[in-house]
Order: sequence, then structure tokens, then C-alpha cells
Amino acid sequence: MPDTFFFALEVTLNGLMAGVMYALVALGFVLIFKASGIFNFAQGVMALFAAMTFVGMQNGQIPFAHLINAVFGTNLHYFGWTLHSLAAITLTVGVMILLAWAVQRFIFRYLVGQEPIILFMATIGLAYLLEGVADLMWGADIKKLDFCLTDGTCLPQGINLAIDEATFNLFGYGFFIDNLDITATIVAIILVAILVAFSQYTKQGRAMRAVADDHQAALSVGVSLNFIWILVWSVAGFVALVAGIMWGAKLGVQFSLSLIALKALPVLMLGGFTSIPGAIVGGLIIGMGEKLFEFFIGSAIGGATENWFAYVLALIFLVFRPQGLFGEKIIERV
Amino acid sequence: MFYREAGDFKTSYVADNQTFPIAFDRWRYYAVLAVAFLVVPFLVNDYWVNAILVPFLIYSIAAIGLNILTGYCGQVSLGTGGFMAVGAYACYKLMTAFPDVNIIIHIILSGGITAMVGTLFGLPSLRIKGFYLAVATLAAQFFLVWMFNKVSWFYNYSASGQISAPERTVMGVAVTGPNVEPWAMYMICLVFCFACAVIARNLTRGTLGRTWMAIRDMDIAAEIIGVNPLKAKLTAFAISSFFVGISGALFFAVYLGAIEVGEVFGIQKSFIVLFMIIIGGLGSIFGSFAGAALLVVLPVFLKLLGVDLLGWPTDIVAHFQLVIVGLLIILFLILEPHGMAQLWRVAKEKLRLWPFPH
Repeated sequence: MPDTFFFALEVTLNGLMAGVMYALVALGFVLIFKASGIFNFAQGVMALFAAMTFVGMQNGQIPFAHLINAVFGTNLHYFGWTLHSLAAITLTVGVMILLAWAVQRFIFRYLVGQEPIILFMATIGLAYLLEGVADLMWGADIKKLDFCLTDGTCLPQGINLAIDEATFNLFGYGFFIDNLDITATIVAIILVAILVAFSQYTKQGRAMRAVADDHQAALSVGVSLNFIWILVWSVAGFVALVAGIMWGAKLGVQFSLSLIALKALPVLMLGGFTSIPGAIVGGLIIGMGEKLFEFFIGSAIGGATENWFAYVLALIFLVFRPQGLFGEKIIERV
Repeated sequence: MFYREAGDFKTSYVADNQTFPIAFDRWRYYAVLAVAFLVVPFLVNDYWVNAILVPFLIYSIAAIGLNILTGYCGQVSLGTGGFMAVGAYACYKLMTAFPDVNIIIHIILSGGITAMVGTLFGLPSLRIKGFYLAVATLAAQFFLVWMFNKVSWFYNYSASGQISAPERTVMGVAVTGPNVEPWAMYMICLVFCFACAVIARNLTRGTLGRTWMAIRDMDIAAEIIGVNPLKAKLTAFAISSFFVGISGALFFAVYLGAIEVGEVFGIQKSFIVLFMIIIGGLGSIFGSFAGAALLVVLPVFLKLLGVDLLGWPTDIVAHFQLVIVGLLIILFLILEPHGMAQLWRVAKEKLRLWPFPH
């Protein structure tokens, strides 16, 4: 078989893996949108914030060190300890829950019943606020993210030699698949499984689905909307943390993470805002589509088409099917 | 006491329909214009023009443009940066292709070209609504910036990929290029800003503005009572992009002189202009000015306060700016969704009864 075919196949596989990464961010959007009708533009920044907090906790960085130094003329930077990754994750989850509470208590409690587009703009404001706070807390420099269970076993990086060898023996052409992408895929599968189990089999999960279905009906049978919303934002915060760790391990923790996370938006538009499988399938389509487009056409017209391909694809797609692939049919009433 | 209709008799329909029916408002408006046109140009120096006045005027035009689309017609757009880039590059291509034609005509034409591009990207708005549309306009933002980066025809095959404005004059005075005087820069922006504001204000008062608002308030209901959504949405996109294109052309040709598209017209620009109209007031021309003024002055003020007065590092001040802008957005959306324009309206209502409120 010709080499181009294998190239294309390899690109497709890598695209699928990249799509999983997009889907990780998109999951958080879907959760919040389903439960509260808020289109959370800040999800990407939440991922960035979570990753920065994780790294900061791990390295024992003092929060707001730069600010404290600037105000009091001190020279503080580190507590002088390093935390185990699992401890850092636990602490970060705590911070994300706190954030979820604060967001609910100080912002969206006052915006209940507003038009969706106002809520959307509020989350853009939240994205700015959160980004500023993250930078103030941990500094804006690019950070390296290492996630290690023990000293030896960290998040793997680089080419997967086993696949490389196996495919080389089979086809005479070794596929380059990043270990990290494989890990991300596995983590994503586990995450979705946990989310599904949580929403199917636990009391809180069922309450969450009830709220997503109908706010009023859920209220009338005694579900606390306030609690569920905080819960949903916390779960979304946790998903953001997972996405942040994966992206951070891949690219380093830096501002551009939140821009990459923007790509979860076209993923959602393709998959439909209300569907978790939609987010995954949308992510896979976008990831694969943009890599293949870049491979076949992009290089002929100047390259770097990944910047816009996802958006244009979603735009064209939406013109024909405004509710997305798996979305509920949009019914409008006067 | 002095701010009221009483005693101000209108004897014709024209007088009754004027923009500022209250005499005090009218005179205040003339006074502001007189100061802006006749006093400020003689007082300004390089710092004031470059740091505050010219960005304020240019952003005001962009904010008016976006306000027509988002505030009046209800179509949220995150593609403002991309459309400004269209204006800038159209202006550059026209300036270099037809050097003899007056720059003012070029700027207006670049507005026209942007209007066409805007209409094209507005077409999906007939099918897509709300934040779906907002995300769809991101396609315009990323695609346009990419295109101006990659297609070398747009930057005349220059090696750096930058575009820089050659010197052009209006009535013998240089308004673009390296030798431009601060007051000339200020004046050309002021003229465009004034013209755009007057046009926008009158459009929104007329039939077109009413159809936009009908579409904004409830598009299906508007359709049922006979508003053509195709016409309303596409005119909103076209006119909005026209203003945004003019502001982009001015931003490039007059203000910066040389630009690199990814840096200047990135997605941050779209957000800033959107923030201006949220803070200033959705659906208000005055609000566009107020929001632009606040967001232009805020960084300058913070820099003065943080860096020069307190001696903090620049990056901390920049982070604080993000926090403050984010907080302002959220606060305004919670406390006063109609923005500073509504505060202004409330103040005027109070003034009307002052000093005898009962």
C-alpha cells in the first residue's frame, strides 16, 4: 500500500486523539449547560486555572506571591515543600469546589431568570476575572506540569514504541502515536464512565438530571437548585482539572491553553449542547477533520489551518442542522 | 430647573422629531462639539492623542458598529477583531493600489468592503441564533486573521508580513505615515467618529432601527407582524461591519501606522469592543462612547496608579486590569444590565425634577 495512505491513517489516529482532548473540555460545558442553561464560556479558563493551581500546589508556590512582594517589598516565592500529585489534586479539587460555590453565590444567584445571552456574557466576564486571578495567584510564566504517582511513574510522554514497532512489522511503516494522547484517551473513557455512573446511580446524580430536565418540576419535588448548581459547577471544575492536567502536560501550563479550550465550542456546536455522547463524537470529528484537512489541503494553502477549520466546519454544519448532531430539536414559541 | 421641556414650544414636525428635544440637551451637545472641534485640537500633545483621544474615538466607532449589531439587533458577534482587520487591509490595499485617490475615500471604501464581508458572515444568522451565532462569528475572527497572515497578496508580498501605511494627505496636511502631527490624527478620527455617530443615531431612530429592535426583542413575533428578518439581520450586519471596517482602517492607517494582524486584531480585540458595549450600554449610541472611554482610560489610569505611583511591576498591573474588567462586566450585568447609558438616563430623569422632586 502507498505511503500516503499510512500517513493519512496516522494523521487520522492522531486527530482522533486530539479530538479526545477537545472532548475533555467540551464535557464541562455540556454538564453546566444541561443543568443550568448557562453557556459557560469560562470553561477553558477554568481548565487553565485548575492546571495552574495544581502546579502551584505541587511546587509549594505561595499564592499571590508576586502581589505580596510588590505591596510589602518582601521576597517570598515558595513554601519550600513539594506535594505529592495526589495530594495536590485533592487540594485543587477543594479549590475548584470553593470556586463553584463562589461563582454560584456571588454571580449566578443574581442572574437567575435572565436571558441566556446575558448569562453567556457574564461568563465571558468571569473568564477575564478568573484569568486575572489565576495570573495574580500563580504568576503568568509558562509552567511545566509533571503528574507523578511515584518517582518513576509519571504521565508518559513521547512516541509509543510498542505501537511503532507493531505497525512497522505489520505495514513496514511505524506509526507515531504520543503516549500522552493514549493516556488522555483512557482517562477520558474513565471520566465519562464515572460521570455516567454518577448521574445514573447516585441520588445527587439523579437530582442533577432532574434539574437538567425541568427546573420547576425539580424544585417542586424538593430538589435544592442551589445545591445542584454548586454541585454541577464543582463537577465541571473537576472535569476542567482533568482537562487542564492533560493539556498542561502536553503543552505546558500557559495562557494559550484557554484559547485551545475555545475549540471546545465548535465541538459542542457540532455535537449539540445537551449531549455528552455528542461532545465526544463532536470532539473526534473536529480533531480528525482538522488534522486531515491540514494534511491534504492545509499545506497547499499556507498551513496552520487548525486555527480556524473547526469553527468554519461548525459554522457550515450549523447552517444545515442548527441543533447539532445529537442536540434536542429547537422549538420556538412566541 | 433648567433641564425641562416646559416653555420649549415646538411649532413644526421637524422640531418635534429632532434628536435632542430638550433645549439644555441640545446646547450641551453643541458645546461638546464646539470644544471637540475648536478647542481640543489646539491643546493636545502627542501623549494625549496617542494614549487616550485617538484610541477613544476609534474604539467608539467600533463600539457603535457592534452596538448596532448586538445592542440594537440582538446578534452577538465575537468577530469584531476580524472585521476590523478587513477594514485595515482593505484600506492598505486601496492606499497602495490607488495612491492618488484621497485617503478619506479609501477609508469609506474599506468600510464598504468590510460591509460586504460582514454580510457574507452574517448569512448564517438567519439559521443560527443566540450563542450559537456568537461561536459561529468566531469562525470569521479566526479565518480572517489567518487569511491576512497567510495570503501574501494582502500584505503586498512584504518579507515581514507587516503592513505599514504610506504617507497620505488631506488638504495638504499629512494624516498617515510617520510625519503626522498629533492634531491632524485627532481631527481625522474626530470627523469620522462624528459622522458615524450622527448616521448611526439617525438610523436607529428610523424604520431600520425599529425593525432591528423588533428582531432583537423577539424575532418570531417580529416576523409575524411583517418584519423581514432577512433584510433586518443582513442590514444590521452590513451597517455594523461598515462602521467596524472604518474603525479598523483608522486604527491601522492613522493610529498605529504599521501592524501585524495576529497581534493587533486578535480575539482580544473582539472581546474588548464587546465589553465596551456591555459596560457602556447595549442599544445606546451614548453608551458606545461611554464604554469606549472607560475601557480606554482604565488601562492608562491603572498604569499611572500602579506602575508610576505604587511602583508595582507592569505584569501585576496588567493582571489587575483583567480582574477589574471582568468584575466590571459581571457587576454591570447584575446591577445595571443597560450599562452606563442607563445611569445617564436615570441622572437626566432626576435632573428634570430637580430641585423640587414632588
